[in-house]
Amino acid sequence: MLAYPTPIRIEVRTAHAAGRNAHQEIVRGAAALGLPPLHECRVVRLYFLQEHPGVDALERLCTYLLADPVLEAASWGPAAVEAAAVEAAAGELPAAVVQVIEVAFRPGVTDIAARELARGMVEIGLPACEVATGTRYELVGDLSAGDLRRLARGLLCNGTVQHFSLGPIAVHFGQNAVAADHVESVPLAGLTDAELLALSKRRLLSLDLAEMQTIQRFYAEAGRDPTDVELETLAQTWSEHCVHKTFKAQIDFTWLAAGGDVRRQETVDGLIYQYLAAATEQLRPAWLRSAFVDNAGIIAFDDHFDLAFKVETHNHPSALEPFGGANTGVGGVVRDIIGVSARPIANTNVLCFGQQDWPYDRLPEGVLHPQRIAAGVVAGVGDYGNKLGLPTVNGAVLYDAGYLGNPLVFCGCAGLLPIGKHPRAAQVGDLVVALGGRTGRDGIHGATFSSAELTHETAELTGSAVQIGDPITEKGLIEVIELARDRGLYTAITDCGAGGFSSAVGEMGEELGVEVELANAPLKYPGLAPWEIWISEAQERMVLAVPPAALAELQGLAERWDVELSVLGSFSGDGILHVCFHGRTVAELPMHFLHNGLPRRRMQAVYQDPPAAPAAAASSVDPAPMLLAMLAWPSLASKEAIVRRYDHEVRGGSIVRPFSGRHMDGPTDAAVLKPLGTWEHRRAFVLSAGINPLLGHADPYAMAVSAVDEAVRNAVAVGADPDQLAILDNFCWGNPTYPDRLGSLVRACQGCYDAALAYRTPFISGKDSLFNEFNGSPIPGTLLISAIGIVPDLERCVTSDFKAAGSRIYLVGETRAELGGSLLHHLQGAQGGAAPALPPDPLVRYRALHAAIAGELVQAVHDLSEGGLAVALAEMCIGGRLGAQVALDPLLAGPDSALHADEALFAESNGRLLVEVAADDASAFEAALAGVWFARIGSVQQVNRLAFTASGEAVLELSIDELVAAWKGKSR
Amino acid sequence: MNTILILHASGANRDGEAARALELAGGQAEIVHINQLRADERRLGDYAGLLLPGGFSYGDALGAGARLALDLQVYFHDQLHAFVDSGRPVFGICNGFQTLVKAGVLPGAPARLPNAAPGDSSAPAPGSRMAEMAARRVTLTANAAGHFECRWVHLAVNRSATVAWLSGLDELIFCPVAHGEGNFQVAGDDVLSDLDARRLVAFRYVDAAGAAAQERYPLNPNGSAGDIAGICNDAGNVLGLMPHPEDHVAAVQNPLPHKGGQLGLPLFQAFAAAARG
Repeated sequence: MLAYPTPIRIEVRTAHAAGRNAHQEIVRGAAALGLPPLHECRVVRLYFLQEHPGVDALERLCTYLLADPVLEAASWGPAAVEAAAVEAAAGELPAAVVQVIEVAFRPGVTDIAARELARGMVEIGLPACEVATGTRYELVGDLSAGDLRRLARGLLCNGTVQHFSLGPIAVHFGQNAVAADHVESVPLAGLTDAELLALSKRRLLSLDLAEMQTIQRFYAEAGRDPTDVELETLAQTWSEHCVHKTFKAQIDFTWLAAGGDVRRQETVDGLIYQYLAAATEQLRPAWLRSAFVDNAGIIAFDDHFDLAFKVETHNHPSALEPFGGANTGVGGVVRDIIGVSARPIANTNVLCFGQQDWPYDRLPEGVLHPQRIAAGVVAGVGDYGNKLGLPTVNGAVLYDAGYLGNPLVFCGCAGLLPIGKHPRAAQVGDLVVALGGRTGRDGIHGATFSSAELTHETAELTGSAVQIGDPITEKGLIEVIELARDRGLYTAITDCGAGGFSSAVGEMGEELGVEVELANAPLKYPGLAPWEIWISEAQERMVLAVPPAALAELQGLAERWDVELSVLGSFSGDGILHVCFHGRTVAELPMHFLHNGLPRRRMQAVYQDPPAAPAAAASSVDPAPMLLAMLAWPSLASKEAIVRRYDHEVRGGSIVRPFSGRHMDGPTDAAVLKPLGTWEHRRAFVLSAGINPLLGHADPYAMAVSAVDEAVRNAVAVGADPDQLAILDNFCWGNPTYPDRLGSLVRACQGCYDAALAYRTPFISGKDSLFNEFNGSPIPGTLLISAIGIVPDLERCVTSDFKAAGSRIYLVGETRAELGGSLLHHLQGAQGGAAPALPPDPLVRYRALHAAIAGELVQAVHDLSEGGLAVALAEMCIGGRLGAQVALDPLLAGPDSALHADEALFAESNGRLLVEVAADDASAFEAALAGVWFARIGSVQQVNRLAFTASGEAVLELSIDELVAAWKGKSR
Repeated sequence: MNTILILHASGANRDGEAARALELAGGQAEIVHINQLRADERRLGDYAGLLLPGGFSYGDALGAGARLALDLQVYFHDQLHAFVDSGRPVFGICNGFQTLVKAGVLPGAPARLPNAAPGDSSAPAPGSRMAEMAARRVTLTANAAGHFECRWVHLAVNRSATVAWLSGLDELIFCPVAHGEGNFQVAGDDVLSDLDARRLVAFRYVDAAGAAAQERYPLNPNGSAGDIAGICNDAGNVLGLMPHPEDHVAAVQNPLPHKGGQLGLPLFQAFAAAARG
């Protein structure tokens, strides 16, 4: 047999114009980078085989697996084995006509195409060999080598997970996995405080001095030094990410007036205990099943099922590798739901990015451009959710310069579980079983890395913390675990998230103690030290406690669903975490110290009221252009270009989806979903959200109460029962060791507490992501409130689009001169003024409106949020492509009699909704709202005009076409 | 046995709602994992119909449906062709449609070669039995927009296509698309006229009034040639389409303000009835 040169490189080119838009995006992206014009870009897929399978076999492989016979052509040759020198590569190409950038994954990065290629080769009878993939960009333009490098780094290649070459690229192949045997003993005895802190920093432990000293004392008493496995275990288990040190800390809180006088001083006995869980404990409705116990909160759904809901953040990974960070963010929150034995059924996501038109020359070092972050995050969210078959149904996208170096990616997931089918008690002798993906070096130090601030060097230091997800493996986990749950094959379950096995196994064995043999963990590639296996946050893994008698049946299910299963150890009953590697002890820690040894933090917090500033002179507003500017403001404008990339229909249960109206492009307030398998009754559930970082700049307390109100009123607007709503908190804040950051966090938590009681909405789960700073600047403190609750009748849901000319328009809820932190002030550059407060008796009006909706007395409902009445009315007109004639007089004569017309148009008071009511239903509707402040303000008209008047004078008049054009922008 | 087999390969995800649609349509459905067929725990021949559901089989990592198409041809070639030749109905939706096209089953190629286990030296070369995969002249490729998209579309049913059970349906179906590779393309200009002449175009994208989309976005959501949303085989028992009629089987799922009509349900009723024979 002839010796062929190896490895083999296969190029696949498309002959078809279809999909050219993707190439055009690269041309546009190059222009945005300020590079010389790129006339054309061709994308060529690359595959690499470590062995030559023979010419016939290669031909078969290309024909049947790699190249579409209708559109594509494949060719092959020997691959480069070393990175080609730029000059040499350039010499082979027609100079200045076609230039080349090739991109491939770094070793160890998840490459699903390579895995499927390897499987497919075996399937068509080719010998198995190592394979890899890459992408070749053939560019027509006049770019220098420096330009090409900028294009590669700025658009085509993310150094965190990929590498590139300006010619034929040399790829890395995986190998069979054998772990390295190295275990280090880390000397602690005699280290000074400075040395302890240096050690914490060097090993990326993110532990503070008190924590390092506690560990030092423990080992001094034990008379030995910790192993690296033990030290890493403690760092993971004690990380902010895993134990929420800040939210449990004792806080000395000082509230100062703008002038510096002390308004209040108090000691907060843990933000979570005193505010979040405390509200839940005071409310405890009968339908609340579980709050703050597991990784997801649980409420009752019907006679057979409960609903679980969790929202997570994946901010730092998304800053470094937007696709992978968002991808694994979705994967992680879905596993939180699997971890309460629920079947994931829907996703949500809220994204906060820097301004998309940020100038490239003002981009800080080490920061990806906000456009690139947004494109990658959106693609990552869509890729994972779509492939899992989960509808992504609710969310928001917000833009603010404060998120430039530190974007926020909130990923939510809801799940359905049979009542009482979530076992939580592992027994002595049960096996520790890992299911799902293999373990690699990916994601090491994710838990501790999220407890550090981002700097321009973060990408360099913690590249291994970011990964790309594998949704198909996770889909297998969903299926196997649902079956295993129904057959009762496990006694406890947890997801492998932050801290990897160390957290999952350590948590599950907290009461019993556990024995683990790390050599049993299947690895992606060789060379992992035991501590790396133990704390790797490789994705798509779950840990189950399995009675030995159930193992064979579970193994059978796993094989059927192509899910890998390994037995890592067993629950011992001795209260010790005992970790071995090939039989040798590498960690031996009492569970009591691991879980209770962490010293409680005492922290300082100061909040100072902002200086009083006169509100902007209202008379300076020209209402019509202001309304158009608001509709076009990126955070408020249509998100169709993003949202349509997510499947919002899969599972067939979307009753109210992200779009509504005649053209299916109007905004909706919340999602209503009907779980598959429950269609025998008409009950459904709602998912909604409230978030307003602009308000946070002005007053974090007002932001919190407004976020709760927004989540609740959005849910009520679509038909949810206000008495069956639970909420989740997600705080994204700066470094809480600075008293000012922590001070605003305390105020936000106080707002959460007051609002939860006012709306009677218990918190059932939450998550904090702190240390969101870039090079010393914090993000705007951002609170997301997500709500889940019951829609009693899916036939009585409402959307926001106007339905019919002739209907009456009602405003429910008082308007006050609350412009502090409003969109109007933001666009005017104004500060000060009163921020929206808790409305009086908010639940009373929501109950009344819900009764009217349930009684089929309303045609459309829309909540008032950013931009107030004017924006909300405009959105209802856009959805229905109908006009409206509205008089502001009832507002001006309302509870706030000093109200000015511009305040009536743009104030953002809470507790308000617009309602369209058919003329025939008007008196019944008004009767249903008895006791609530409401006003009939106008009517829906079959005209191309939205018009506001006050005292008979025109205040604002715009055509519906203008509203649509402003709101839909280029996505029109 | 009247049961319709819904084939689940890793990454399938609209199998559950397809089963519900079939049950609402008066049919019986069983979701069967492809490994159960490979292990001979279930046999395709025991079922009255076959439905390949939507999803991302094997992550669509080498092109939508490509790996599952290979599975069908390598592991189930004889079973599948015997099933098709028996006249029993086969229905592919979205990823299932992509799979049937990439496997060469839709619209169907002339070559029929015997099955063989990989590595069996007495059998024809492992590649040759897949010749029908390579001989195909139609494909589904990346959407013209270059990315995944989810939106509701109107479909015109070609009631004079070869599939007899389409003839009794209403003219229009309203349902969502949710795909990144639904762009129907052909190898040459003659292919479209050939598909028409053979009555193999089953569904086209149209506007709300039923007028041709004429490749205008978003009526035609992905750039498909001839606005083709679904095709069938000459024998009239294999049918595939990109959109999801299984997601519109009740009026309450309709996103328009004035709900009612244009359901996907009758399609499943017709399929279930065809399976009952």
